[in-house]
Amino acid sequence: MAQIRVENLRKSFDQFTAVEDSNFTIDNGSFFALLGPSGCGKTTTLRMIAGLELPTDGRILLNGEDVTFRRAAERDIAFVFQLFALYPHMDVEQNIGFPLKCQGMKRREARERVLETARLLRIEHLLRGKTSKLSGGDRQRVALGRAMVRRPKAFLMDEPLGALDAEFRALMCGELRELHDRISATTVYVTHDQHEAMAMADRIAVMNAGRIEQIGVPQEIYDRPASMFVADFIGSPPMNFLHFEAGLAPGDRAVKFPHASVAIPEIREAKAPGPLVLGVRPEHIRFADAAPVRGRVFGAEYLGTTQIVTVDTEQGQVKARLPSSLAVQVGEVVGLTFRSDALSLFDAQTGVAIRTATYASAGHG
Amino acid sequence: MAEVTLRQVSKRFGPIEAVRDLSFAIDNGEFVVLLGPSGAGKTTTLRLITGLERPDSGSISIDGRDVTQDPPGTRDIAFVFQQYSLYPHLSVYDNLAFPLRSPARRVPEATIRKRVEQTAELLHIAGKLGNKATRLSGGEMQRVAIGRALVRDPSIYLMDEPLSSLDAKLRAELRLELKRIQVELGATILYVTHDQVEAMTMASRIGVIKDGELLQLGTPREIYENPNSRYVASRLGTPQINFLPASLIPEIAVPPATEVVGIRTEHLQIAATDGGGIVGRVHRIEHLGDQNHVHLEYRGQMLITLADPHQPLQANQDVGLKLIDPLFFDAAGRRIAATVH
Repeated sequence: MAQIRVENLRKSFDQFTAVEDSNFTIDNGSFFALLGPSGCGKTTTLRMIAGLELPTDGRILLNGEDVTFRRAAERDIAFVFQLFALYPHMDVEQNIGFPLKCQGMKRREARERVLETARLLRIEHLLRGKTSKLSGGDRQRVALGRAMVRRPKAFLMDEPLGALDAEFRALMCGELRELHDRISATTVYVTHDQHEAMAMADRIAVMNAGRIEQIGVPQEIYDRPASMFVADFIGSPPMNFLHFEAGLAPGDRAVKFPHASVAIPEIREAKAPGPLVLGVRPEHIRFADAAPVRGRVFGAEYLGTTQIVTVDTEQGQVKARLPSSLAVQVGEVVGLTFRSDALSLFDAQTGVAIRTATYASAGHG
Repeated sequence: MAEVTLRQVSKRFGPIEAVRDLSFAIDNGEFVVLLGPSGAGKTTTLRLITGLERPDSGSISIDGRDVTQDPPGTRDIAFVFQQYSLYPHLSVYDNLAFPLRSPARRVPEATIRKRVEQTAELLHIAGKLGNKATRLSGGEMQRVAIGRALVRDPSIYLMDEPLSSLDAKLRAELRLELKRIQVELGATILYVTHDQVEAMTMASRIGVIKDGELLQLGTPREIYENPNSRYVASRLGTPQINFLPASLIPEIAVPPATEVVGIRTEHLQIAATDGGGIVGRVHRIEHLGDQNHVHLEYRGQMLITLADPHQPLQANQDVGLKLIDPLFFDAAGRRIAATVH
């Protein structure tokens, strides 16, 4: 198994910079997600780790060894693509065993390996079957088996669940993570779906326009997003942004809206007067008649135990996650309170989080 | 707007019974959502109401008038399809005006202009009226498609999964918009979908349909809190409701004839292990951000519940499980009312 280290990695295509100065270390046996919208550079990063793309600058180390210019086949890494191409004329056992046959492994030994792999994936009963008869999920398991059977140092996966419908994707997420726990292989997983990254990964790197905006464990990224981009990309509904103008000084414990003062975690940096954004997660908003931040209910969406209530305020539209037992009328004016210790603040121009008592320990910039 | 009533409507296609003995009424100004998987009979129901299909038996009335034998054109219905079918060579304005310019209607051009502008305003596409239909984003195109139904003032709008081709963010936005427009216009809508979130967030009432049969009709809250069967209970709620054989939890008092206990995440709390009670083992934890999904193993069965993300829990840890007002079902999957203790 392997530790993967990426140092000052950069990739340009002509004028276009796909990946800019990336640095991260993926611990041996961990599940690492590269998360971001299409075109953010996540797949290019993955392809450089695989050796399918050469970096313009920087280094890639596998277990401390520089493999930057080594060919893909010599890196001992398995790549799992979004669309699984199985060989239709072979049965499941032959499909899984194919990489071993190419290596020239003895048939007896190869059979053992295939069986062991099938056992891990819980598809032993399918080994004799034709691939054309398989369900979507089983095809995926067979394709994974073909990647696993060589016992590579690491798995690289590029949106392997992208083509599946929502319900099945949730199921496969669970299966992939459980498989990872059984074999503890270092995994780099590329996705644009924050649910997948949050549900599966030990650590997430959120990418935007070729740059890594934040790296951290899922809860850290959710609780203390380093930028407005991250705050908006993670969570459903995403973090609310309330826009206002103010200056900040270290020690401040409140911010002033035109008609209200809002308690915040203690400020740890000075900020000249300018446009700022208060970031509030939907579950940290409550209604209170007397609260000074006022808004008008635009809509309420019932979701079972909770409801999402959309409220128009002077600072922008916000969505609150509230118990569904609360009666809400469209059009009524409500007061909003925020859980002060869970708030984020951003510089509206740069989008970067402002240091506060809760953000002080967070990895910054 | 008008109310629509179906009475014991059945329709077969060869050996397949697409819709069986379907009876329900959509009240004036109501937003009814038929929720079911593909092949449940949702689209057939819409086609029967429009007159594109004739029922084998039963009757359909609109605003008190029996229309069962009437041709589609006379039924005064507007239809919105899953795939927005706009005229690519026409502007947004002309696309919206098209239904009003039908020779059969003879609407004066001034009236058309007024209706089109009002509709565009309502859908927040007023600034795009001069654009070619092909120069719009996916969300704007679907707004125009919905707008083309709205410019008319039909008895009822029938919508067949109109949001399913859009991405998640846009879908969430248009869900809220569509509900707002419906309330503002007082429109009567029958909407079919397989997406439970669309059904729960927009419907005045949800009809859960399966294999051509309407299993339950009620407000989202009624359907979620008081499902009449195991199947209906499994249709609403994310993550899906847990089912446990009653025999596995003898510690819990259940009504007579209970075979299966249905446990939603809010019915299952993780408590301290204090000796007594039922004990499960944490199998895996999934982060959602605002909550954690906790997968638990209990006597060989997997259960899922929600927990605060900052509650310290670890895989393989034993935890106490507390059941709070779960749902009970008999051997046939029918709901059994909880007995009052």
